[in-house]
Amino acid sequence: MIKSELIEKIAGENPHLFQRDVELIVNVIFDEIIDSLSRGERVELRGFGAFSVKRRPARAGRNPRTGEQVFVEEKYVPYFKTGKELRSRMNNDSETKSKVKSAPKAKSKKKKA
Amino acid sequence: MSSSGKTLTRADLAEAVFQKVGLPRNESAELVETVIREIIGCLERGDNVKLSSFGSFGVRDKRERVGRNPKTGEVVPITPRRVLVFRASNIMKERINSSLVKCKKAAE
Repeated sequence: MIKSELIEKIAGENPHLFQRDVELIVNVIFDEIIDSLSRGERVELRGFGAFSVKRRPARAGRNPRTGEQVFVEEKYVPYFKTGKELRSRMNNDSETKSKVKSAPKAKSKKKKA
Repeated sequence: MSSSGKTLTRADLAEAVFQKVGLPRNESAELVETVIREIIGCLERGDNVKLSSFGSFGVRDKRERVGRNPKTGEVVPITPRRVLVFRASNIMKERINSSLVKCKKAAE
């Protein structure tokens, strides 16, 4: 599915909206996610996943063709982590779903590290 | 992870739709939900989702492989599974990187 198909689908389900309004809405949503990440924030959408930004420190890289050393500046890259619910839905296993719910105790500590 | 600890949620996205599009708050929230639900539905069926100027979500099939319990060293099989990969568009990467690098330079 591409963005225009997503827009058409949503426009079809919302006949009271013009397609160009739906287009605007969809763009506002994704723009807002990028804006937020640009401020160094995290975007968490339960049941779907979470977007965050990771810092990649400056490093000495190499041009793989010539072997020449090049300096690579520090950079920030967007990162997406799939949510638990989506992960298990994609594997359509109802068992893992219940396992995830009953046994997340060991993991909860890690989150704040 | 990063400097600011704020987390954006569905409610913030709904607020943005309300502010910028002018739809009622409850309808804005519903539309945000619909967008997310449509994307999830596609991925669940194994379809890829490409959102120009944002990025693309792809579904990959992973074969079975052997893994290890890092705590005990025990060998355990990792079952075949489907995983989701997100590739940010160059536009998204550029916007995030330039604003955070600038932000940091300004702070120095």
